[in-house]
Amino acid sequence: MAGSDVATDASSAPDTVKILIAGGFGVGKTTMVGSVSEIVPLRTEEPLTMAGLGIDDLEGIEEKRATTVALDFGRITVSRDLVLYLFGTPGQQRFWFMWNDLALGALGAVVLVDVRRPESSFAAIDFFERRGIPFVVGVNGFHGEHPYPPEEIRDALAVPEHVQVLLCDARDRESCRDVLIALIDQLIATAVQA
Amino acid sequence: MGGGDSAGRLVRPFALTGGRTRPSRADFTLIATVTAVEPQPAAAARCQPEHTRILRLCAEPVAVAELAARLDLPVSVVAILLCDLLEAGRITVRPPRLVSRTTPDLDLLKKVRDGLGRL
Repeated sequence: MAGSDVATDASSAPDTVKILIAGGFGVGKTTMVGSVSEIVPLRTEEPLTMAGLGIDDLEGIEEKRATTVALDFGRITVSRDLVLYLFGTPGQQRFWFMWNDLALGALGAVVLVDVRRPESSFAAIDFFERRGIPFVVGVNGFHGEHPYPPEEIRDALAVPEHVQVLLCDARDRESCRDVLIALIDQLIATAVQA
Repeated sequence: MGGGDSAGRLVRPFALTGGRTRPSRADFTLIATVTAVEPQPAAAARCQPEHTRILRLCAEPVAVAELAARLDLPVSVVAILLCDLLEAGRITVRPPRLVSRTTPDLDLLKKVRDGLGRL
């Protein structure tokens, strides 16, 4: 950890953990954050040039140097001394270098999938798989409708057997809560095996 | 949001940091929790207005990302301002709970599970 020449603890402050809500652009990430958050989702914007990226990362977007990358997030107070933050990851592919920071220290992730265009979430699945970050897949039904059974979607996405695929409705609080619980149950199952 | 002034929107926050673009410490990650020291050190130098705003917002513990959102400033800018306040002894910071993939914290996971179950 960093040097401790100054106070680096506040005993009254709660512990904090985070879960990422990922998936393609417009798949319902911010909607999901808003459905379960106890606060209206907050947004913080980071200038791209300040995100700690190398020059190469800016290639092709020179003309848009004034771009920002936005993070939407919400909060769930789990108990008096533990707060869970939910971060919606930026959906645009070119902002993914931000994800490394975001993913650092995350409990796990929910990859939201839009059945009408599942390919938009392929890269998110790939990202978490490669980094060994545990995740579940939440299939967000358009208007809450689910034309395909989870197994068919699992095949289409080629997710491994140990990753759960759940049908959900990002607008619905209980549905989103159940997806988060499924993720934690998956983490607990892994922990018990370890 | 958007609009023609986006370049100004990006440049201006860093005027608050005296042109500094990187924090001097790595403590202030998104979900690190910041709390104002009470009472404030008497000998501390006078604050800039943005520092004062931060101190007001973290009278109760608050995460860095929340501070940034409430101040409408980039996290990178807020982290630099927080370094100033930490070094002046005006705030304390609590790092996020450490999450280990190799030795998962079962108690922590059960706590989160219980909390979600109550939603």
